[in-house]
Amino acid sequence: MKSRLKAKVFKPTAFSFPYLAVTLVFVIFPLILVLFYAFRGEDGSFTVDNFALVFTEVENLRQLGATIGIAALSTAICLIIAYPVAYVLASSPFNKMVILSLLFIIPMWINFMLRIFALQSLLSMLGMQKSYEAAVIGMVYDFFPYMLLPIYTVLVNMDKSYVEASRDLGANSVVTFLKVTLPLSVPGVISGISMMFMPIFSSYAITKMMGDANTTVIGAKIANLFENQNYGNYGYGSALSFVLLVIVIVVMLTGNFLSNRTMKAPKGGKVNE
Amino acid sequence: MNDLNRIKPAETAATVNQTAKKSDNIIEVKGITKVFDGVTVLDDLSLGIKRGQFVTLLGPSGCGKTTLLRLIAGFETPTEGEIYIEGVPITSIPPFKRPVNTVFQKYALFPHLNVFKNVAFGLKLKKIPDENSKKGYRKFTKAEIAEKVNKALKLVGLEDYGHRDVNSLSGGQQQRVAIARAIVCEPKVLLLDEPLGALDLKMRKEMQIELKKMHEDLGITFIFVTHDQEEALTMSDMVVVINDGVIQQVARPKKIYDEPSNAFVADFIGESNILSGVMEKDYTINFFGRSLPCVDKGFEKNEKVDIVIRPEDIIICDGAGHGHFDGRVVSTVFKGTYYEMEVLTDEYEFTVQSQKEFSEGAIVSLEILPDSIHIMKKMLTINKYLGKVTGENCVEFAGGEFTVATDGYEAGDEVIVYVPFNAVELTDDEEDGVIGANVTQSLYRGSYYQVQVYTDDDIDFFIDTADEWDMDDRVGINIDGTKVTIERYDPEKEAQGEE
Repeated sequence: MKSRLKAKVFKPTAFSFPYLAVTLVFVIFPLILVLFYAFRGEDGSFTVDNFALVFTEVENLRQLGATIGIAALSTAICLIIAYPVAYVLASSPFNKMVILSLLFIIPMWINFMLRIFALQSLLSMLGMQKSYEAAVIGMVYDFFPYMLLPIYTVLVNMDKSYVEASRDLGANSVVTFLKVTLPLSVPGVISGISMMFMPIFSSYAITKMMGDANTTVIGAKIANLFENQNYGNYGYGSALSFVLLVIVIVVMLTGNFLSNRTMKAPKGGKVNE
Repeated sequence: MNDLNRIKPAETAATVNQTAKKSDNIIEVKGITKVFDGVTVLDDLSLGIKRGQFVTLLGPSGCGKTTLLRLIAGFETPTEGEIYIEGVPITSIPPFKRPVNTVFQKYALFPHLNVFKNVAFGLKLKKIPDENSKKGYRKFTKAEIAEKVNKALKLVGLEDYGHRDVNSLSGGQQQRVAIARAIVCEPKVLLLDEPLGALDLKMRKEMQIELKKMHEDLGITFIFVTHDQEEALTMSDMVVVINDGVIQQVARPKKIYDEPSNAFVADFIGESNILSGVMEKDYTINFFGRSLPCVDKGFEKNEKVDIVIRPEDIIICDGAGHGHFDGRVVSTVFKGTYYEMEVLTDEYEFTVQSQKEFSEGAIVSLEILPDSIHIMKKMLTINKYLGKVTGENCVEFAGGEFTVATDGYEAGDEVIVYVPFNAVELTDDEEDGVIGANVTQSLYRGSYYQVQVYTDDDIDFFIDTADEWDMDDRVGINIDGTKVTIERYDPEKEAQGEE
């Protein structure tokens, strides 16, 4: 009886097999392809020329800088707008009004290309042509919920007694915010930043649709390398993609590390010794 | 204090003089009512707390004790009433300007700061009067802060823990940091909100002794909230028993135990046999048909009273006929240092504690000495409601219509309705009663249960019944109209009666 039961029940890890299969086919395999092309010369032999080209072409560095610039600018603007909104939504009179929070999430349910098309026509209706500024507006608009949600989640789950303890110890509202609420919400801010900065860093759709010729991002160049068959250079494009991927991973790991250092969740009465 | 005085100078000065004459109370709570979303948590509560005392607010969960503490700390604003600290009204003063500090239930240590920085948090913000400075105040220097923090950490026995991460500490250590963080600010009153609740039993006993010692060393007033009656009796100079937002008794621990002021306190503090009796005359009480000598006087002749007899005060001995009651032991449980036995007599099941064991089924006699019988006034002897005559033999009150003789009254007359406890009948099914209600309390009174229920309109009913009803049970209420009396309602007479 016992053994028959055992034979039927498979391990819980088995539930992850479908996902593993999808990952293998659509993530791992393409990555291997990217690596394959990156190290493959035009004649099909092994080469590191593609990587040499990535690091020697000055244009690449310039575009990389511009990409970081536009990603940082959009992220900063988004953070400045999202934090106060999250703070208000998480504070007591509003935090029970789910509808308010929903209002900020609903845009996420609409396909982002549609949103960009809508924003594009809205901006041109207002007389704003394709430009650097328009691209930044597009990014802020598009990624706002991704910045808002993590900050909101941290703030709404924060134990109210920290704020009370601070006020009890002589801090007024401003000092309490700066010394307690803000430091404790850093993990939310970091995850908001990484959820926005990373995708923008490698995106090109928004800049392509909203920006002008001056709005260059590295993603656009990679797309060009693959799309343009005459100019087309799979090897060079793959090498550039791979370098971009490594940069993103390094930045994300750093972010996680910083977040973990501040995130050590307090647990009252927990014995750790 | 400068801050406090600046806010309402005129009023403050007047009150200081007043209270200085009246008492040496550091905190004066006057007529505080607190309503949350339509629910009255504290009801017109007044309380004076003497300087330097260890005062415990004791009561079951939801009784309003924590709310009272939070009102003093400043995290809540009272719906009505005023709180004075050293004669200064403080309800309009924000918490960060009040001369009190709080030790929170779950410590609320700042997780992003280490032990030292947690304790130093309040000191860094503190402004100390300084005549040499242009602003009139200065901040503590780094050296001063370090000295004070280390002194506070030493006091709680965590001298070398300054650099430690608060999350790496055990529950007891976190507790100590929380206490150090509060006392380092040198508050006039230290508020402690169930601070030992999260600790295990052994740790809790240790902290009780340490807190008591700290109180003696510091000499400031402690206000301690707990639902643990043993903790309250062990630690306090004064115990304030609260139930349903109303103070039941304020007294020293010994007195609370020996002379509970009503059946609730007797039931809440320790084990007790609570009976109903009649005071025949001074020094003579009658219960279960026996007249026994007692030490109480000053009651009206034949006044109905509640009687408390502590289980350890009953003398139990072998065989029948040696005491006031004969009975049979129905259960015996060893409790470490004594045996607790249930003894069934013809009238009542007494709880008795004794060093000596009597086995189940043994025939015993129980003797009750005069000074073991504690007599309390009955809280209420009759239910009283304001009602209206709606027709012949029909009176509406407490949200329902009942059949009551209405000779001499006309429809529309306002009347006071007196409903004896035994005129009310509870039904299992809400539909079977005229009005629905919830059971809030069920106390065994010897030969019957006294049950308290409240209707959906928040009207209380006391009922004497043979059956036990469970807390929070939904019941229906029927009333035996023949036992109900009515009286013409006269607002002026009523107002006088209240005074």
